[in-house]
Amino acid sequence: MSRVGVLALQGDVREHLAMLGHLDVEGVEVRTPETLAAVDALVIPGGESTTIGKLAVRFGMLEPLRRAIEGGVPVYGTCAGMILLAGSVTEGDQPLLGVLDVVVRRNAFGRQNESFETDLEITGLDDKFHAVFIRSPWIEKVGGDVEVLASIDDHPVMVRQGRILATSFHPELAGDGRIHQMLIDTI
Amino acid sequence: MDTGTDRVKRGLAEMLKGGVIMDVVNADQARIAEEAGAVAVMALERVPADIRKHGGVARMADPTKIEEIQNAVTIPVMAKCRIGHFAEALVLQALGVDYIDESEVLTPADEEHHVDKWAFTTPFVCGARNLGEALRRIGEGAAMIRTKGEAGTGNVVEAVRHIRTVSNEMRALTTMGDEQLMSAARDLAAPYELVKVVAATGKLPVVNFAAGGVATPADAALMMALGVEGVFVGSGIFKSSDPEAYARAIVEATTFWNEPDVVAKVSRGLGEAMPGLEIGTLEATERLAGRGW
Repeated sequence: MSRVGVLALQGDVREHLAMLGHLDVEGVEVRTPETLAAVDALVIPGGESTTIGKLAVRFGMLEPLRRAIEGGVPVYGTCAGMILLAGSVTEGDQPLLGVLDVVVRRNAFGRQNESFETDLEITGLDDKFHAVFIRSPWIEKVGGDVEVLASIDDHPVMVRQGRILATSFHPELAGDGRIHQMLIDTI
Repeated sequence: MDTGTDRVKRGLAEMLKGGVIMDVVNADQARIAEEAGAVAVMALERVPADIRKHGGVARMADPTKIEEIQNAVTIPVMAKCRIGHFAEALVLQALGVDYIDESEVLTPADEEHHVDKWAFTTPFVCGARNLGEALRRIGEGAAMIRTKGEAGTGNVVEAVRHIRTVSNEMRALTTMGDEQLMSAARDLAAPYELVKVVAATGKLPVVNFAAGGVATPADAALMMALGVEGVFVGSGIFKSSDPEAYARAIVEATTFWNEPDVVAKVSRGLGEAMPGLEIGTLEATERLAGRGW
């Protein structure tokens, strides 16, 4: 059985583990380079990207994560996870992995009062996907190797670049495992 | 596109899990909190220790102050309204705060009723001392609970008492037969439907943080070990001798609460924690956790 890690520095780790549990893989929390080395794929959850990034730097996880992803470990980032994967953010200065060739705008849809849920068309999925957006980012600019799989008002909210997958929204909150399955299929 | 749904309200609290929410009174403190790794800040006029000291009626913060803090950071900004003061809550919603804390730390505006939180787009967090109180607040629409400690004392004893009470009461429900749940709901004075949910899952249907009295990294680790999902720190940071160091250490201890080596490491050489108060020395009128019902 494949083992899929969830980066467990902060955020909705439990929801991702529950989702993985339904998909016939073993979900494990990843907090150290040793546990990271033992996974076949990785999820970077929703949470506060500044908090997760700072903790990753302080506890020596940023470089091991970058090396693992560049070495071909499939990764899926949701919301804060998407931000951490990105090459840069439009404003501010925060630790990023810089493995996904996109520029991300944080809190792009607004504050919490503008958080929303909607049904989304996604390239490669037959039926619409119920997507939950919470103070979500969108992608402002994509590089040449990045495939846009879903957009809202022309702003990309789901992208893929090789084995790196990222969404602005939270499938783990809506109980639909199809995007997690896309990650598992690349193992 | 649907906004203000249960799922997006409760969902933001899910994103804050494993994190620390810090009380701040100005933009500088908010930036220190964000830099230390806080997942959100609570915008206040005065921290609870100062509310205790100054006395008088404690109210919602000045909107200028809240906006100043919103403009200083990218993490969520919460703000407090008085219990039952729905007009203050509407102002906070209009300001676009990310969470409204209907809080016993401010002077209650209504001794009988809490705010009808279903009527709002902005989610609410409310305090609770026991399971019945938590489920009544969720019944009124709260999307997050914080177990009440005694705010502004630097003493965790009340937070520990109330976390243990909630856990014990939840555990008891999970052992009951279905026929016992209606009388349990009566005894807890809690909505029957929510009692059934807790009996089935063994946990609250919303995220539960600890609050009140947390002053050190080890205090935060204790809260997490007792089963809460994150920590509010009020006076503990900016009433310590070195706020940057305390803020950072409490964030790190909250993530690595079950690794004592890390908690030991981050606890070293922090300087003086905030001055503490013995709960027994407080007059009944000085105890905040008992406000609300």
